[in-house]
Amino acid sequence: MTDPGDLDALIAAVPWLLGIDIRPEWRDAVRQHLSVSIDHARNVSELPLPLPDEAEPAPVFKA
Amino acid sequence: MSFATAAEIAADVAAGRRSATEIVASALARIARLNPRLNAFTAVTADRARARAGAIDAGQVTGPLAGVPFAVKNLFDIAGLPTVAGSKINRDHPPAIADATLITRLEAAGAVLVGALNMGEYAYDFTGENCHDGPSRNPHDTARMTGGSSGGSGGAVAGGLVPIALGSDTNGSIRVPSSFCGLFGLKPTYGRLPRTGSFPFVASLDHLGPLARTTGDLALAYDAMQGPHPADPACAGRPVEPVAGLVGRGAAGLRIATASGHFRAGAMPEALSAVDAVAATLGVARTIEIPEAARARSAAYVITAAEGAALHLGRLRERAHDFDPDVRDRLIAGALIPAVMVVAAQKFRRWYREAVLRLFDGVDAILAPATPCVAPAIGQKTLMLDGREVPLRPNIGIYTQPISLIGLPVVAVPVPLAGGLPIGVQIITAPWREDIALRIAYDLETAGIVRAPLPPE
Repeated sequence: MTDPGDLDALIAAVPWLLGIDIRPEWRDAVRQHLSVSIDHARNVSELPLPLPDEAEPAPVFKA
Repeated sequence: MSFATAAEIAADVAAGRRSATEIVASALARIARLNPRLNAFTAVTADRARARAGAIDAGQVTGPLAGVPFAVKNLFDIAGLPTVAGSKINRDHPPAIADATLITRLEAAGAVLVGALNMGEYAYDFTGENCHDGPSRNPHDTARMTGGSSGGSGGAVAGGLVPIALGSDTNGSIRVPSSFCGLFGLKPTYGRLPRTGSFPFVASLDHLGPLARTTGDLALAYDAMQGPHPADPACAGRPVEPVAGLVGRGAAGLRIATASGHFRAGAMPEALSAVDAVAATLGVARTIEIPEAARARSAAYVITAAEGAALHLGRLRERAHDFDPDVRDRLIAGALIPAVMVVAAQKFRRWYREAVLRLFDGVDAILAPATPCVAPAIGQKTLMLDGREVPLRPNIGIYTQPISLIGLPVVAVPVPLAGGLPIGVQIITAPWREDIALRIAYDLETAGIVRAPLPPE
């Protein structure tokens, strides 16, 4: 489980790069949602995929 | 006549027993009477509908849906109206200059658009609640959610306001309101129906489709909407493959299994008993494990958050305070997910697709719950699953997300329960085999185990 407090540095650093203003009263909810998303992302990446490096991420672009 | 099916209405109009004008007037009167209670419609296109009905009665429009009223989730473009997509921000958009492709196709088959329907903001929702327009309300119990994000679509059809509504489904937004409102819902294969003229959410997951009160009506609407469209890059170039004439073939000879593992964990008893009742009716004893379904749900969660944030980044910069706070905070969080994690989810998706498609070498269809519970109360924030209290909103889609992640077609069928509320079961098939799912749904409907229950008036 991601400790929401561990995400404070990310939440403090990235929004200026994206041009987003996170008001102080929104911060707790954003932190909680980001914690859940990071847990899901870690859950996905824990599975060692038997895919070659060349395998395309889905979806692929059709020319 | 309020709960007449689209097929019955079209047959009456074709035989001259009723006029389209009479039917549309009846639908508009019912909307005026019941919408204050159900909050399903956000716009009613009465003048347009009357004019269209007149053209049908004058013989200028014919087709298999002639005279059938329908309505669309308000993320579909309707010429002359801004496409609000459940938001406050989009109300400032100029009116759409043309109808969405699926509206054009349904009207070409004779159907009559009567309005636009309530939805969760920007479709990032499973509840049908909306902080700008108020919640859509479940006709079976107006204190309960319709499910979302196509909440108005569920409420309008379940309440007998229209026999057919269109919704969108990115992570379950057709199947969830079908389950909570007791309807048949079709989420076709990804790329089957063109999304041209609809407001997007997550491009690689967005599907459009119909909700109705019978399998036959789903098939009629679906057939009228099929076919490629060059303006939707994800729309496949497949020809129209009509199903209305096939649904009566039944399920005999089909290989069907019930999903195990993830799709049995975390469900309330009524969700499991509905699946088991459907399986028993079909004589299905076999179970099948969809590999890594929980991870598939996680991948859908991550991709949705990141792609949704990318779509709305400009609005988050300029008008963050005008979002529904629940939607805004999730989108901001989505913008902060490291890119490598999103690409990893897309790579997992490749593996998962190949693994699941292999299952269809041995089965033709898989049964699974549509939702873990019946419709919760409006405003409810948590849910008890497996004895644990968990946040409600993200957990409504635990059984739908692993399926739409790889674009499989699904028909959600309604099982009426003794307590009065319905719950849905997913019939999942291989890509492009909507016909098989609809055949099974029709068989179950004929057997009486699934049906759209009538709500209290």
